[in-house]
Amino acid sequence: MRYRIRKDDSCISCLRCVRECSFGAITAESGKALAFHHDKCTDCQRCVSFCPAGAIYITEDENRFRKNAVFSDDEIKEILLQAETGGVLLSSMGASGKNVPIYFDKMLLNASQVTNPSIDPLREPMETAVFLGRRPEKAERDISGRIIDNLPPHLELRTPVMFSAMSYGAISLNVHKALAAAAEKLGTYWNTGEGGLHESLYPYKKNTIVQVASGRFGVHETYLNTAAAIEIKIGQGAKPGIGGHLTGRKIIGDVSKTRMVPEGLDAISPAPHHDIYSIEDLAQLVMSIKEVTGHRKPVIVKVAAVHNIAPIASGIARSGADIISIDGYRGGTGAAPKRIRDNVGIPIELAIASVDQRLREERIRDRVSVIASGGIRNSSDAVKAIALGADAVSIGTAALCALGCHICASCHTGRCAWGLATQDPELTKRLDTEKGAERLVNLVNAWTREIKEIMGGMGINSIEALRGNRMALCGIDLNAKELEILGIRYAGE
Amino acid sequence: MRKEGEVRISSGCAISGIFCRDGKRITGEAIKKSIAVMHNRSNGLGGGFAAYGIYPQYKDYFALHIFYDSQTSREESERFLAKRFDIINLSKIPVRQTPMISDAPLIWRYFITPLPHLLQDSQLDEDEYTSRATIMINDSIDGAYVVSCGKDMGVFKAVGYPEDVADFYRIEEYEGYSWTAHGRYPTNTPGWWAGSHPFSLLDLTVVHNGEISSYDANRRAVEMYGYSCNLLTDTEVITYILDYLTRKQGLTLKESSEVIAAPFWTTIAIKDEEERIRLSYLRKMFSSFLITGPFSILVGFRGGMMALNDRLKLRSLVAAEKGNVVYFSSEEAAIRVIEDNPDRIWAPRGGEAVIATLNGEAGL
Repeated sequence: MRYRIRKDDSCISCLRCVRECSFGAITAESGKALAFHHDKCTDCQRCVSFCPAGAIYITEDENRFRKNAVFSDDEIKEILLQAETGGVLLSSMGASGKNVPIYFDKMLLNASQVTNPSIDPLREPMETAVFLGRRPEKAERDISGRIIDNLPPHLELRTPVMFSAMSYGAISLNVHKALAAAAEKLGTYWNTGEGGLHESLYPYKKNTIVQVASGRFGVHETYLNTAAAIEIKIGQGAKPGIGGHLTGRKIIGDVSKTRMVPEGLDAISPAPHHDIYSIEDLAQLVMSIKEVTGHRKPVIVKVAAVHNIAPIASGIARSGADIISIDGYRGGTGAAPKRIRDNVGIPIELAIASVDQRLREERIRDRVSVIASGGIRNSSDAVKAIALGADAVSIGTAALCALGCHICASCHTGRCAWGLATQDPELTKRLDTEKGAERLVNLVNAWTREIKEIMGGMGINSIEALRGNRMALCGIDLNAKELEILGIRYAGE
Repeated sequence: MRKEGEVRISSGCAISGIFCRDGKRITGEAIKKSIAVMHNRSNGLGGGFAAYGIYPQYKDYFALHIFYDSQTSREESERFLAKRFDIINLSKIPVRQTPMISDAPLIWRYFITPLPHLLQDSQLDEDEYTSRATIMINDSIDGAYVVSCGKDMGVFKAVGYPEDVADFYRIEEYEGYSWTAHGRYPTNTPGWWAGSHPFSLLDLTVVHNGEISSYDANRRAVEMYGYSCNLLTDTEVITYILDYLTRKQGLTLKESSEVIAAPFWTTIAIKDEEERIRLSYLRKMFSSFLITGPFSILVGFRGGMMALNDRLKLRSLVAAEKGNVVYFSSEEAAIRVIEDNPDRIWAPRGGEAVIATLNGEAGL
């Protein structure tokens, strides 16, 4: 038992909490008296948010095991659970490695004083537009000397924030609709994830990135061409090296149709792509996709940040991919083995810093674009990721939070009380797609305003002048090696 | 305390330039008079001049001005040069002792040309061959610093006020068709000779007033293409960017100005289609070389001079014309002192390059 549900005297017995709780933690005995089943509570905060009297409290259960310096409560509980079931522990959302530093919190930003002026974004233009794609090595001219536009197709973002891949199946169609509508309004992109693209979302193709993952669910020619870009997903930060498993319970109706998987059958994404066992195979898949789409769309390759991420990224850059998307240790998921989620991969800050540096040493950083994701919580995280070397960031968990998620990390149960990570029609209808889109637009607009404010403070009036601008950052509470990898100086140095 | 080159120092400044479109060669007296008016914009920690057309008798050879900390570094550098170049002439650069300038390094001048068989084996053109050699000296020979290495031009710089630097180098004895000058106001440095302006590579020289906020993004980008920013100064990185864009990417200086001080997207959006495509292309293709933050620069090159402000015009820059002579300066007073009745005097807009070239010659 993790949590304890309590109520106080102000309860008016309206039973709203009973209706809201999708985990069966609050029921009504004989339709009247509330009964709390603490062991089922996930602390999703749905009942608390909807209680009209403010009468409900969810607290950590105060019954603790005897304190032990090595085996914590959670450790012991997990052992008990595994002893009982013999199963792999499942979890969702991002890693919970408590001793893995969040480097974003250990970097501070610069600002202009005296020697150059800060710029007020309310008075002066402040540019946040980003173009993602490949760049040729050299400018070319025609016979009359005019410059030829020899750039391959680019994605154009009005703000350097996009939405991460989350599949239809893992999340509901309503969430996809909200993301697509918000991306269109914001002038950015949302990403289908590996579960295909529902036909009702085809009108959003200009702002859609479609994903090709190892299961190839929902991949067909129309799908590839109903997008602004195609992403080949090799891995994700929450579970590098691991495939996916969407249970047959979620493969119903349109999910089945969109994924092109028979109803009720588990959808299993293999750990590797079985046509990519090496880098040269990746180059072939990139080329195949470009052929199918008439070389009109950039191809993204998404990988999880792992130990040798720098040479991996370099290999991808040389594979013909236009954009490299790197998902860090804290990246979220709808379901992953807990040990994998918490113990595999490296933080995005270190990954981006070493990839950016490596691509520069190999003189190919300007050839490709780099997207960072995995634990971007706010606009300053985004600014720091860009200053370390990313072109843009993408957000998954933060976007879900805008739609109601309180990160109870129970996505894998399929019972999401906020109607996000579930296919239960009774739950999915809890998300009003228009309202949801508006909240996503608000969130990204708010971040964009803050990004402009931070840039202006540094005297930078266009986002490309921030990219890889490591002097915009300094470190605090970091050792010499960490500073070296991040390529920044210590505060005050 | 770390010296410049190990740590980045910001600085304010004064700049001035004179360019004779008819190629008439004038002595350094006018430019000294102009920059001296702006004495208060410098703090005695750096001044310098670039002059074009000063070595007509050696105009086909690369003229190297080099600072040495010691005889050892001189000997090492000369051995390095002799292995790669024909040294046509070498001498100390004549200086005048003045109490205002002290701690001078050894200052030498060489006229050189690449050894033909080595040049051929290198598969480079002579510009690239020479620029690589000078970058190598700066990078790897301790205590040696190449101040300039173009043809029929040279840079004269020191720690001190610019008018004193002029006296020290006896610049009234040189005659050139193009002159730029710089007075420096670094914020916290003991002053370092090599850190003074102008900064140059081959025929390109830059004097700069400002502090760019995009510095590290620009530095890390240009270092990808074989440049190494040893001084950590804005001017150095601007010079390398211009060299890369013009010499390696084949852009004109005007196009380069549209990269480093690119028009805003909103401005590009209202241009006609051809111009919109062209300007968008330059921004997208060379986005790493956009320079933000305040700057006003004068770029000297063979047969021309360009003045450019940052796109918000966060630093003062005035231009004037009188007959065949074009003037640029941080302050109008510095132009009026040498030409009190110009035909035209104006403040170029932010991001608008003003380019003067010798009559009958196309710009770079």
